Amino acid sequence: MGFLTGFYALFFYVAVLIFLVGVGHKIYEYARTPAPLKVPTMPAPLTTTGVAWRLTTEVVFFKSLFRANKWIWILGWVFHFCLLLVLLRHLRYFIDPVWLWVDLLQPFGKYAAFGMVAGLAGLLLRRIVVERIRYISNPSDYIMLILLLIIGMSGSMMTFVKHTDIVQLKAAFLGFLSLNWQYNLPADPILFVHLTAVFALMIVFPFSKLLHAPGIFFSPSRNQVDNAREKRHLAPWAAKLEN
Amino acid sequence: MAAKATFDVPQMQEYPIIPMLKPNAMKTAGPFIAKPEHQAPLGFPCELVENWEQKAVEKLGELLEKYRSLRVYLDACVRCGACTDKCHYLLGSADPKNMPVARQDLLRQIYRRYYTVPGKIFGALGWEWGKKLIGAKDMSKEVLDDWYNYFHQCSQCRRCSVFCPYGIDTADISMAAREIMDSIGQGQKYCNEIIGKVFKIGNNLGLPGPALQDTLEGLEEDVEFNTGVKVRFPLDVEGADILLVTPSADFFAEPHVDGLVGYAKVFHQAGVSWTMSSYASEAGNFGMFIGSYENMRKISLRIRKAALDLKVKRIVFGECGHAWRVAYSFMNTLAGPFDFLDPKYPVPQHICEFTNELIKAGKLNFDKSKNDHLKITFHDSCNVARATRMGDVEGGQFTIPREVIKAVCNHYYDMPAETIHDKTFCCGGGGGLLTDDLMDVRIKGALPRMQAWKQVVEEQGVTHLAAICAICKSQFTKVLPYYGFKLDQVVSVHQLVSNAIILDGQTEE
Repeated sequence: MGFLTGFYALFFYVAVLIFLVGVGHKIYEYARTPAPLKVPTMPAPLTTTGVAWRLTTEVVFFKSLFRANKWIWILGWVFHFCLLLVLLRHLRYFIDPVWLWVDLLQPFGKYAAFGMVAGLAGLLLRRIVVERIRYISNPSDYIMLILLLIIGMSGSMMTFVKHTDIVQLKAAFLGFLSLNWQYNLPADPILFVHLTAVFALMIVFPFSKLLHAPGIFFSPSRNQVDNAREKRHLAPWAAKLEN
Repeated sequence: MAAKATFDVPQMQEYPIIPMLKPNAMKTAGPFIAKPEHQAPLGFPCELVENWEQKAVEKLGELLEKYRSLRVYLDACVRCGACTDKCHYLLGSADPKNMPVARQDLLRQIYRRYYTVPGKIFGALGWEWGKKLIGAKDMSKEVLDDWYNYFHQCSQCRRCSVFCPYGIDTADISMAAREIMDSIGQGQKYCNEIIGKVFKIGNNLGLPGPALQDTLEGLEEDVEFNTGVKVRFPLDVEGADILLVTPSADFFAEPHVDGLVGYAKVFHQAGVSWTMSSYASEAGNFGMFIGSYENMRKISLRIRKAALDLKVKRIVFGECGHAWRVAYSFMNTLAGPFDFLDPKYPVPQHICEFTNELIKAGKLNFDKSKNDHLKITFHDSCNVARATRMGDVEGGQFTIPREVIKAVCNHYYDMPAETIHDKTFCCGGGGGLLTDDLMDVRIKGALPRMQAWKQVVEEQGVTHLAAICAICKSQFTKVLPYYGFKLDQVVSVHQLVSNAIILDGQTEE
């Protein structure tokens, strides 16, 4: 194992660990913190099934965003949907043999990179050009978009312009996963840029706004059933006030 | 009026526009600060405590443990900008800190500094660039001033939460911020003084029982004079079937009181026995405005006690927006279970639900022509629309009041679709802002509603705006003149019912 491969193997483990433990801890915090009052944004569903559907329309179609602003919606949705395709396509580098559906997805996942980059570029442009969004943006908001753009563009470079040795890459990552470090990563600068950006993003995930991904499932205004008159909704700390 | 000249009333445009930002346009010292005598009865420190910076940060930590909403909302915002043009105070004032996300960020910057890993690290190292990078800030007087000013420019109307992809509700954030400020001794005079009156006297206006009795007797005389029918306005009648809890403004303010007359006529014609309570003579619950679960609970428990003492079977709420939110969404949790009431009826019921059921059952007769001189539009009160329901289907809070109006009026028109139902605009005076020391904020915040209203006035010849919220009614009465309309162009929904209802044995006027 060369030095660079060793470094990236370590980077990989640290990033995965921080990502999993950090996000897991956040989800645990969200789950254990009570929601003492019924606060769904109305009109809200009257049943749990209804709430599941409401959340589905939010997560899959970004329904509220659609109602809010068509530009943010189209750019954001295209970016997220393409990112999903790209991520699913990447499963092929971590499993052997490759599942059939991942194989079938391959062409879509490849070209989705363009959608992802286009969506990100649009979002970045909006952030710079629209006065209101520029006002509310922190440096980290730009950095997040730029990191994702670097990931998308470096990835596309390797897919469409200057292929990296994908067989060797896969051997190395399968090795990392089974704690076997005999295969080196291809010595490809674009690959190292790609991996650095991906790992960096995983590390900041649990400490940043990227928490919107697990957060939406815990958002009381979206995940509560409208049944306040029928059911009491007493949080443990509120129950103590009754004694 | 001389007073008019002192406020900068925004221009109504042909079409709604999103203004260019004017930083610090609404930077003021905020509303009057509560005095010791307003703070003490609520259990808050009388003045800014020692170490308040640290105490504020600690209180935020305590609230993070108590409210999942706060935790998720402070983490999840991606600053996408969806909410930036949705707040009526932003549209009316152009101050960027009235963008919901910017308002939230006033609290979020403290959260990010003291309750996230990078914030703690950068804070410990004293790296200013790092704090700036992630939008974190140290707690300071400057931050507190911004909190006090801008969290009292939010009417907790939830319009931003409708459009947020994660449902982040600035109302919850501003409630938390106000609770933190109360806990360190910087409360708002208007809200806290009113809550004190409820504890001491029983209602927001401080009307004692005997005065209430007098007022109600006066109303009985008026109705008998006008209709020839003795419609009763009972107070503290033990054993009545229904306890009516209504905002105290209904006892004397215009047009509120005409709504109260409407409820009484409906109860009379339905042949039910009902009463009001001098102990719980207030539907409004300002505990919500200041985000205080404890105070909200104490106020709600008064209604429970009144229901028990008077041995009623049902509770019905009068026309009041935030009151209906606390009643519909929170009261069962805060002061329940209400298993001593008749299980056939939801607890509580809204007066519009009550009236609409009677209309549907054909138990009320109306002469709709009595309202023919009016062309009506309906203002969906923000908290009714986005925080409650009426009836047993989703969206009943939109259909039921309109059904009631249409049953008693021949001429009804909706305002533009972008400004009604769950997209409705707040009147500009909700959430504890209905005080003269916030008049400038109130006038500016009314702009989007006034603009939509102007459109139906010009295109459909609409003459009156019907509302089901005491705050909306008071606010519109006050701000309509600033926009070139007449203050009496606001009516109560049950005022329309009152106009048209045919009472048994009624003499023609």
